[in-house]
Amino acid sequence: MVEAHPFLPNLEDETIERMLKQVKASSIADLFEDIPEGLRLKRKLAIPDGQGEAMVRRELYARLGKNKTPPDQLCFLGGGVYPHYIPAAVDSILSRQEFYTAYTPYQPEISQGMLQALFEYQSMMCDLLGMQVCNSSMYDWASAAGEAVRMAARVKNRGTILVAKSVGEGRLEVIKTYAEPMGVKLQPVEFDPKSGGIDLASLKSKLASAGGDVAALYLENPNVFGVIEEQVDGAVEMVHAAGGLVIVGVNPISLSVLREPASYGADVAVGEGQPLGVPMNFGGPHMGIFAVKDIGLARSMPGRLIGMTTTKDGSEKAFCMVLQTREQHIRREAATSNICTNQALLALAAAAYMSLLGKNGFKKLGEVNLANSHYAAERIGELHGVKAPLFTGPFFGEFTVGYERRKAPWVFSELAKRGVMGGYPLTQHFTQIGEAGSFCVTEVHSSADIGRLVDALGEVV
Amino acid sequence: MDDAPPKPRRRFRQAFWDEPLLSEIGRKGRLGFLVPEDPKIKEWAKAKGGERFVPSALRRGGDTPLPELSELQVLRHFNRLSQMNFSVETGMYPLGSCTMKYNPKVSEAIASSPKMREAHPLQHDSTVQGLLQIFYELSGMLCEITGMKRFALSTAAGAQGEFAGVLMIRKYLRDQGRGDRTEILVADSAHGTNPASAAMAGFEVVKVPSDESGLATIESVKAKLTPRTAGMMLTVPNTLGLFEPDVSEISKAVHDAGGMMYYDGANMNALLGKARPGDMGFDVVHLNLHKTFATPHGGGGPGAGPVGASAALEDYLPVPMVEKTGDDYRLDYARPKSIGRLKGFYANSAILLRAYSYIRLLGADGLDNVSSLAVLGANYLLSKLNTQGYSIPVGGGIRRKHEAIVSVRGGHGGAGKIAKALLDYGVHSPTVYFPLTVEEALMIEPTETETIESLDDYAEVLNSLFEKLKAGELEDEPKNTSIGRIDEVKASHPLTLKVKW
Repeated sequence: MVEAHPFLPNLEDETIERMLKQVKASSIADLFEDIPEGLRLKRKLAIPDGQGEAMVRRELYARLGKNKTPPDQLCFLGGGVYPHYIPAAVDSILSRQEFYTAYTPYQPEISQGMLQALFEYQSMMCDLLGMQVCNSSMYDWASAAGEAVRMAARVKNRGTILVAKSVGEGRLEVIKTYAEPMGVKLQPVEFDPKSGGIDLASLKSKLASAGGDVAALYLENPNVFGVIEEQVDGAVEMVHAAGGLVIVGVNPISLSVLREPASYGADVAVGEGQPLGVPMNFGGPHMGIFAVKDIGLARSMPGRLIGMTTTKDGSEKAFCMVLQTREQHIRREAATSNICTNQALLALAAAAYMSLLGKNGFKKLGEVNLANSHYAAERIGELHGVKAPLFTGPFFGEFTVGYERRKAPWVFSELAKRGVMGGYPLTQHFTQIGEAGSFCVTEVHSSADIGRLVDALGEVV
Repeated sequence: MDDAPPKPRRRFRQAFWDEPLLSEIGRKGRLGFLVPEDPKIKEWAKAKGGERFVPSALRRGGDTPLPELSELQVLRHFNRLSQMNFSVETGMYPLGSCTMKYNPKVSEAIASSPKMREAHPLQHDSTVQGLLQIFYELSGMLCEITGMKRFALSTAAGAQGEFAGVLMIRKYLRDQGRGDRTEILVADSAHGTNPASAAMAGFEVVKVPSDESGLATIESVKAKLTPRTAGMMLTVPNTLGLFEPDVSEISKAVHDAGGMMYYDGANMNALLGKARPGDMGFDVVHLNLHKTFATPHGGGGPGAGPVGASAALEDYLPVPMVEKTGDDYRLDYARPKSIGRLKGFYANSAILLRAYSYIRLLGADGLDNVSSLAVLGANYLLSKLNTQGYSIPVGGGIRRKHEAIVSVRGGHGGAGKIAKALLDYGVHSPTVYFPLTVEEALMIEPTETETIESLDDYAEVLNSLFEKLKAGELEDEPKNTSIGRIDEVKASHPLTLKVKW
């Protein structure tokens, strides 16, 4: 007699007997007889026995309870994942099982809902970026940047990629992993130690020394220091003059107030969709943004694209996956990428988020993020032993604080002990800036929260 | 109980809303969310002349290009769209190789804890001990299930796991001074991601043909081995649902030739507690947690694709790894031989948490039952199909594992027509026209979470549809879905990828 289980409806002796009889097998073991004797596992897996959901939930809640999260532990960390408020309506939409328990809409007639939602994500994201084609998601910002670099090298058939030094460490590491097998050389472009923005002289010399082999420049705007690139037009002009593409990585929230990538001539825009209604989730799932300026590049881009069409009889509008001949399930080793599963549900979250905030809410969000982060920077700057912000360039949402007396990792861990997570140490990756940490301040932080941060920092620095 | 299966009848009409695009609805001045604003900071900013935080030359020109809708309007829009979407919790969704099983609700509840959602990936290790402990244990469980030495959990999806795996093979061989090995063998029945991942890692793909039974034989593999062979990617059971009987010999031959073995774990749902890739000689393995370990597919994603390694490749796993020292857990990046990072931040942690929950819910016996019943269910469904309509093209009498591939007799796009017609019965179609080695293929993976009644019903619908196909009655299905047959040619016109140009 077997014990019933809620996920295993046929786990019942009579049903199993009946099914075995139908398939002409005398036992379950018969079904696995084709596995060579020597390969059959003849013992029970060494995994704890199963438990009902009440027990599992209780135990996992207890374990998760050890995590320190807001409001007990305030979060002022950014760097590519940002604490933003998620409207309850976004969670409500995402909890529709019709969306989250579906798969890739391979049969479009029965999957119009997800297809239209993804199309709307693509449309809104294109408008926000000023780009003409956006795919329906990549894994995250970093892999989107890695794929963009590969695409540029392929399209341009050149072997050098310039990468601004002021990009996030995770993105740089992933770009290296993605680019290495293509034999692409990565060359760093310096930032100006005063402003924190890209150093055009360094860019010029790197372009010159690469001798026409530069496929693309990858930079982030705002960059890892939170600094908005004031010289971006000049940088784009120089790279274009050398025949390369410009790939820019963005925090989409910043585009509520800052210039969109197309306005300064970027060819490819990538970024992190997490700020748009997706929880931080200790690293994922997040959502990579990938958009290109025109249809020419779209034919070389990775990822799924949703297009609008009609039914065959022309009576209804309809949506389906398009340009699939770029993809691995059709093109196999000649595909533009191996990506299959993506982050569709989180593109839906972004679509819901952007439509809730809307034209005015999104603008307001940007202004509040600017105000809160500048307020925090000013308050921190009043402390002794710090320089805040460290750079003179204008910033959005996050900023860098230099420490005159303390090591950055020490400040980071001392803050954590005081119920504040912030000041992610930048020193180990940017030795030239001295001891410094990064702080992110958004609409979720009140003046009282910022007061707690300033007080804690005051005790530490 | 009456043994006669229920008669198929029309019992489904999918919702239809003539739902406009967001850009076509709304009205000036509306919004669906009030942005929080601290009064004190607001005053402060006003006094500063807040517009000056960013010089106007760096500011976006014109309006933010987003719609203007009320909160209820947004909810109605997406709720209506959701009604026009089929899902596992709506009805049977037997897409082959996708393992569309039930996703336990309690895992969703656990993953929605603010203690998960609000954990930042850069926060100090000392503040996320509960989570790191879960990941450490999960990694151990996946090792036990697959027979591998060590698992890295950071890769975001199956295809990224594959990319990591072939990069590990590449780096290992280079470290051994065998960087001239540039060829990866891939079975012709493999998922498209296999050759695509190998190519991304800079390998040449060498196709290994299946024999008439649909199997990769030791002879066919040996015929492709050369001094340039870096390794072989194999799916077991393969995409035809067949356990590769020569797998141990294949592993040995590839190893003897100096190559490494890669296991595509997409079909692991057949083997939990039954057999382990580590015991078959594989050096690197990826698992699709969104398949075997029941995390929801999200309309296309997210998933998670952890990678496991044998002792030889352990040091090459992607970083970071969760390490344990005493009772402390931490993320370890300092692994000099590692292929590096593939994700900007740790992992798809909320997916890992759901998979861990699933394993704890089922335990060792439960996981074994999962595979028993997945295989029994697939074979049961297969046995119910009318062989006049559906041939079993390959396998030569070998028992199917978790999925059943049939070929629709008569050619002329029969598989596609039947797939569309199935939708009219409130069930999803199988995967069609894959694997490429089978004509008019329907690849059916019912999973262990379907009742015997729904398997009977699905078989009955398939059998009746073949009759209709034969009679020439299946031409313009589906009719009961939100909309009828789509013009996919028109969709590929480039001017349809966004609303306005």
